[in-house]
Amino acid sequence: MSASVHDAAPVAPPRLRWLKATISAFNANKTSWVGLVIVVAVILAAVLAPVIAPHDPLEQNILSRLQPPHENYYLGTDYFGRDILSRLLYGARISLVIGIASTVIAMLAGSLIGILAGWYGGRFDVVVMQAMDILLAFPSLILGLILVAMLGPSMENITIAIALTSIPSFARIARAPTISVKERDYIEAGRALAFSDARIMARHILPNIFPEILVMASLWLANAIRTEASLAFIGLGVKPPVATWGGMIREGFENILDSYWLVLAPSLAILIIVFALNILGDGLRDAIDPKLKGER
Amino acid sequence: MSAPVLSVQNLQTAFRIGGQWRWAVEDLSFDVAPGQTVAIVGESGSGKSVTALSIMRLVSAANGRIEGRIALEGRDLLALPEEEMRKVRGNDVAMIFQEPMTSLNPVLTVGFQIAEVLRYHRGLDRAAAEAEALRMLERVRIPSAKARFSNYPHQLSGGMRQRVMIATALACKPKLLIADEPTTALDVTIQAQILELIKTLQDEEGMSVLFITHDMGVVAEIADRVVVMWKGRKLEDAPSAQVFNSPVHGYTKALLAAVPRLGDMLGHGLPLRFPRIDPDNGEVRGQPVEAADTVKAGEAPLLEVSGLTTRFGIRGGVLGRLRGRVHAVEDVSFTLQRGETLALVGESGCGKSTTGRSILRLIEPSAGTVRFGGRDVTKLGKADLLDVRRSMQMIFQDPFASLNPRKSVGSALAEPILVHGLAKGTEAQERVADLLRRVGLAPEMGVRFPHEFSGGQRQRIAIARALALSPKLVVADEAVSALDVSVKAQVLNLMLDLQAEFGLAYLFISHDMAVVERVSHRVAVMYLGEIVELGPREAVFSDPQHPYTRKLLSAVPVPDPARRSLRRELAVDEIPSPIRTLDWSAPRQTLVETAPGHFVRQAL
Amino acid sequence: MSAFLVKRLGFAVVTLWAVLSLVFVVVRIVPGDPAQVILGDQADATAIAAMRTRLGLDAPIAVQYWTFLSGALRGDWGVSLVTGRPVIQEILAVLPWTIELTIVSMAIGIVIGVPLGVWAAINRNRMPDYVTRIASLLGLSFPPFVSAIILLIVFAIMLRWFPVISAGQGSASAWFQAMALPALNLGLIMAAYITRVARSAMLEVMQEDYVRSARAKGVPWRVVVWRHALRNALIPIITIVGLYLGILIGNSVLTEIVFNRPGLGKLIVGALNQRDYTMLQGMMVIYTLIVVLVNIATDLTYALADPRVKLS
Repeated sequence: MSASVHDAAPVAPPRLRWLKATISAFNANKTSWVGLVIVVAVILAAVLAPVIAPHDPLEQNILSRLQPPHENYYLGTDYFGRDILSRLLYGARISLVIGIASTVIAMLAGSLIGILAGWYGGRFDVVVMQAMDILLAFPSLILGLILVAMLGPSMENITIAIALTSIPSFARIARAPTISVKERDYIEAGRALAFSDARIMARHILPNIFPEILVMASLWLANAIRTEASLAFIGLGVKPPVATWGGMIREGFENILDSYWLVLAPSLAILIIVFALNILGDGLRDAIDPKLKGER
Repeated sequence: MSAPVLSVQNLQTAFRIGGQWRWAVEDLSFDVAPGQTVAIVGESGSGKSVTALSIMRLVSAANGRIEGRIALEGRDLLALPEEEMRKVRGNDVAMIFQEPMTSLNPVLTVGFQIAEVLRYHRGLDRAAAEAEALRMLERVRIPSAKARFSNYPHQLSGGMRQRVMIATALACKPKLLIADEPTTALDVTIQAQILELIKTLQDEEGMSVLFITHDMGVVAEIADRVVVMWKGRKLEDAPSAQVFNSPVHGYTKALLAAVPRLGDMLGHGLPLRFPRIDPDNGEVRGQPVEAADTVKAGEAPLLEVSGLTTRFGIRGGVLGRLRGRVHAVEDVSFTLQRGETLALVGESGCGKSTTGRSILRLIEPSAGTVRFGGRDVTKLGKADLLDVRRSMQMIFQDPFASLNPRKSVGSALAEPILVHGLAKGTEAQERVADLLRRVGLAPEMGVRFPHEFSGGQRQRIAIARALALSPKLVVADEAVSALDVSVKAQVLNLMLDLQAEFGLAYLFISHDMAVVERVSHRVAVMYLGEIVELGPREAVFSDPQHPYTRKLLSAVPVPDPARRSLRRELAVDEIPSPIRTLDWSAPRQTLVETAPGHFVRQAL
Repeated sequence: MSAFLVKRLGFAVVTLWAVLSLVFVVVRIVPGDPAQVILGDQADATAIAAMRTRLGLDAPIAVQYWTFLSGALRGDWGVSLVTGRPVIQEILAVLPWTIELTIVSMAIGIVIGVPLGVWAAINRNRMPDYVTRIASLLGLSFPPFVSAIILLIVFAIMLRWFPVISAGQGSASAWFQAMALPALNLGLIMAAYITRVARSAMLEVMQEDYVRSARAKGVPWRVVVWRHALRNALIPIITIVGLYLGILIGNSVLTEIVFNRPGLGKLIVGALNQRDYTMLQGMMVIYTLIVVLVNIATDLTYALADPRVKLS
């Protein structure tokens, strides 16, 4: 509970307040710090891949294929003699770019749909949300699978496919709080003060539901990264020889009986980033939840 | 006097908040004698509900701590193992709560929930327990109890649910009934029924009652003895008559002075300000002052509502066809002068709030005209409507919900000024500071956020925001209902001051008859969407014409302990619903002037 | 039958129609002529024309739509472009595999997830809660093919308790051997999701006034938790478990590939790789049917759990 903090604390300027609120949200659930550190580390590794990767991720070396980890190749080599650590670092770029891009697209489109449906209500709401429900009911991995197969497995298409499968969830997430905030008296007071609909939505509703949407975005980023890997595992990832985590597992799976490290490293990589994002999002959701309830 | 049923000695209850222990109840002692009703009175945060939960030991063990001694017929409840305490709950001590709507389990039938107590405490088998449960439903005078037995809670009204709660509580014939604000969520006519039922059952069973409430009127109706609490401490503990007639403690005096009493206003033609109370010792300073006459009677009316009707369709069935209509507002007409306060009173569902919102067109009315300053609001286009709305503002009931939690108070007040281009930059800041000063807050408080203010302060801020556009009319929808008595008096005084200063007209929507009598010039009583009586305040209160007005007035509890022995009949009426079938047509009635300016609805 | 159920049935029919139409449109607006795509770049014009006739692509669009819709409803989903056998037969041949796997996994998920979630909720912010929360978060972080590979390596390759290819049939023990690892993989992930839902639903319900009333009337604690609270928490749990079936079906595709188990998942991946358009159409129809049926089942269960539904 933060109520006691506010009573005595001197009043901070608005920007610092925001920062303080974020930090106290993290402190409310300390494990979310762990998630944040891991996520930042993975992003740094992906950005710095050209600098820190010991080898060219695409360089084949037939003489040193399927080598177990040793000092030259910290994580071993694959069937074509490529360095697994380097491929892992470059693969992180694909995962993060597709994951972040598709989540941002889904967040923007979904929130817009959800806020409009929640605010205007009536027939518009019914039709739009029924359409969203239909999309939501369909298994998202299979929808993604079909979309990528139809559009062709390029980075843009995979991003679009994953974004499309997550739009309904964001629409639902944005709509529910919009409806509950809409019922609050301060929104009605805004109407009585002759504010326009656009102003009420942008200045009064959005800031109140934004933390919830942002937290869901971190959870959905985890989902998007997992979906991208799943698609690549099925063979619908970015085309080889480009390194993707799911693709590395797919290739390694053929030699699983004698070269387990081919699968182990990318599997752990996916698990760690997804777990870290989930811890982060979950911790933040816990932190913002009691506050929203406390307002009544 | 015989040995007390309940004896609380040096009770201390603490909660852990943010890692620190904070006392909610400190060093509280009192007794409840057999057959006696003791009321614990206090405002929010006084620790009265925590006391009740402490006696039941329903305070969470992880975050709560109870010390002292709570003896039930000599047995220390705090020393009992949890399993023994469980056998006491619902058996020796039973409790009913404030919210009958949410206190019953929605997925279990009413009969099951009553029978359950008998099965666990009396060891009855299912059939015997259900037979006894049915008898209990009859004892709490639920009509056609047999049919109600297998109903789920959502099929019953709030009053009926509270009866079910009482039946559950009394099933095992407890020695003590703890009632925590059992009528606060109910309408005043239903409240009267439930209070009467509790009194009757108490006489029949000979049990003791510990009654927790904030309402001095209810206290006077029901209590033999009163314990006044303030910030976790006991201030006064005396027989009711003594507390009401010669209160000892300053706070008790202040509390009583702040309570509007129905009938106090005889001989006062104008609204009466509340006396000033010293916040330190609670001493009442000076006599209540009558407000200045602010009504501009000679002018054309500021607001002229005629034939206003608002209906909502009820859709149902597979294709969502229109099944019926809620006749929320039916043919409502009245006028309002500049500087006048017209009160709209009635019970829940009577359409008073919908009327207010329909006038501002926050809800679209179905028919009728609303002329404001000569323009018909119902015919205006979007731009004109936004223009007119600036002169009509609204204040809401819940001070917690009426301010955007993510906006500082200063920017919330500046927003309307900036959006409508009334001022810019430092001039806007000046205006905000001025608004805060006018509602009795320091301009420096503008940088704070709503959660840093108390309920009363928030309501002042909401009033300041409503004043930002210099309106002529303010619709106050239950604006003081959620506030504690003393805070309520201050906010009402502020509203009277602002009326005198700016010549504001108030449409004062309220269910609280005593407050309405205190602040209004004229009163309109609403029932089932219609105005059944409309007239000068003094005339309506001293000479009510319509049967519903009389019923409403007689149900209001009055803070006078002489009425303790008064018994009403055990009525079970429900508030009827304004939902009608599609082909329903209103009975032909009209408002008839029985005295100058005093109208009563009568059949043609 | 109540208006609620009629409404939900109506929604199911609309869903079915919408998805079928979507499938019809998508197959036709995808860049490139399907016939060309199927036959490859070298195919000559007559072969492409023949393929277009075979696919029914030369008929007017309205006729195509009608043929497609009515065919879908009659169970005539065309012929596989790869095997030449009717699509419906190919699907029906593997459907039982997927259905039994899904049901067993869901059962595992519910049996583990609900009690675990309740247990965590009533021990909020204590050790059992922390352990359960971290474990369930880890569980739902696993990409299903990664957990499947781990199970495969540990139990099939290293310990040799189960076969590497999970396609056994005939005896009960063969069935169990084939079912164990895939069902465990899907069931544990499902349990992770359900635990979280059950926990948060219970936390919410435990704060309700009626739970306090139940305690105030001296009902034993276990009855408060398992009858008064859980009965109410089941209502949101049912809704969300219904939604999770989509996740489960998606995960089963990956699981079937790793364990080399027959089923819809393997069929759809095969159809994707071989560009078997008619098969893909049929797959989408069957998935939609499954989703719609599950939704109806969810709604029925929901109506049974919540007495307030029947009247509305």
